[in-house]
Amino acid sequence: MSEVPDDLRYTKTHEWVRQDDDGLLTVGISDHAQHLLGDLVFVELPEVGTAFGGGDDCAVVESVKAASDVYCPVAGEVVEVNEALADTPELINQDPYGDGWIFRLKPEDPGAAAELMDAAAYKQMIEDEAD
Amino acid sequence: MNAATGDMLQRTPLYDEHRAAGATLVDFGGWEMPLHYGSQIEEHHAVRRAAGMFDVSHMTIVDLAGPRVREFLRHLLANNVDRLQDTGKALYSCMLNERGGVIDDLIVYLMGPEHFRMVVNAATRDKDLAWIRRHAGPYGVEVRERDDLAMIAVQGPEARARVHEVLGPAAGADLADMAPFYGREVDGMFIARTGYTGEDGYEIMLPGTQAPALWRALLEPGVRPCGLGARDTLRLEAGMNLYGTDMDEEVTPLESGLGWTVAWEPEERDFIGRSALAAQRREGPARKLTGIMLEGKGVLRGHQKVFVEGLEAGEITSGSFSPTLGRAIGFARVPRSAGEYCEVEIRGRRLPARLVRPPFVRHGKPCT
Repeated sequence: MSEVPDDLRYTKTHEWVRQDDDGLLTVGISDHAQHLLGDLVFVELPEVGTAFGGGDDCAVVESVKAASDVYCPVAGEVVEVNEALADTPELINQDPYGDGWIFRLKPEDPGAAAELMDAAAYKQMIEDEAD
Repeated sequence: MNAATGDMLQRTPLYDEHRAAGATLVDFGGWEMPLHYGSQIEEHHAVRRAAGMFDVSHMTIVDLAGPRVREFLRHLLANNVDRLQDTGKALYSCMLNERGGVIDDLIVYLMGPEHFRMVVNAATRDKDLAWIRRHAGPYGVEVRERDDLAMIAVQGPEARARVHEVLGPAAGADLADMAPFYGREVDGMFIARTGYTGEDGYEIMLPGTQAPALWRALLEPGVRPCGLGARDTLRLEAGMNLYGTDMDEEVTPLESGLGWTVAWEPEERDFIGRSALAAQRREGPARKLTGIMLEGKGVLRGHQKVFVEGLEAGEITSGSFSPTLGRAIGFARVPRSAGEYCEVEIRGRRLPARLVRPPFVRHGKPCT
């Protein structure tokens, strides 16, 4: 069973979002998603300073098997990206909620993350998908 | 992936072993097969560095027998079975249609004086069998599908030693002096020194009922179960084509990097597709299949466009990330006169790449 930390928010497209104390959001892909993708070999990061709408594709993660888009969970501007992923994309497999974070976002609406699924809802969603 | 949805997927005799080992299973040509058992990359490295095993029981084994079987295969296959004179010797060949298009690629073994065995792809089983039976009729050749047999490929620098260990000293001694691309009957199994990874090893055909016991015995000395994912990156590094991806009925062996498998001599041998192929050979095929390496970061995938200056655009046929080289590699079908430098379009951007001659990796070592 995949790990789904309780303190994060989730999207239908398997991104996780952490509300940080500085008002920014940290975004990555869930343990469930990295497991489905398999060994990651390449990450195309967004450019710092780019503004995305909620649901826009903003990054790409590629495993040996396939490429998969990463969607911006809520509208906002990318303020930082995880440069370490350029050389070590496998961090996402090893530590999807820690060292495998993908980018940090300044949300247009500071409360936007609270609208996303909580851990219980996300767990339910991936269980339903398995059926 | 051509099984109609709703159809029950077929399972090999090793299905329970895959489930027990935690495999991620996928539909492959109508068969429920392991994609990986956790990490495709680690499985890949196990084969390059030690020994891995694959369940390839989904592949179609066909025995052909009769007094005129050799004559029949001289007609059916683009490579010449007269190259098979020693019992057990194997030959790689394409089976062509009248237009020279590739119906399938296969390995044919000489099993006895009037007996050959062919191993063809799983996804092409129905059309292959229909084609073979149709052409075998006039020669009175008996065509028998061996769906009673399973097949386990054990591959890697340590693969043969592990198999010898498991089968015991008598069988080991029997196999020790067998040359590459030969097979031999040992203890009711047919063991061939062939494979699809660019490493040494065996492909073992045996009764399906015995396959789980052999699989479990091979686990003991540390032979690692490997899925179709690793099989694909291994064959790609080894420069081996995948049917349905790198070639099909719309292209000839000459356009698929397989000109070396067509036996033009003797001239009077009239194999199916010969006249169309000979015409293309005279004119020179418009396209070729070649290896391709991405210069920077990214991953090559099938159907990405390949641009060579001044020429028509080509296309990636197979692409992936090479675990051994740590970069993207693939095959591309491009105009014949294409040189070394090209660009590949990935998500709307053109990235520099180089056309190279496969293989990329041979016996664990980079070639380029």
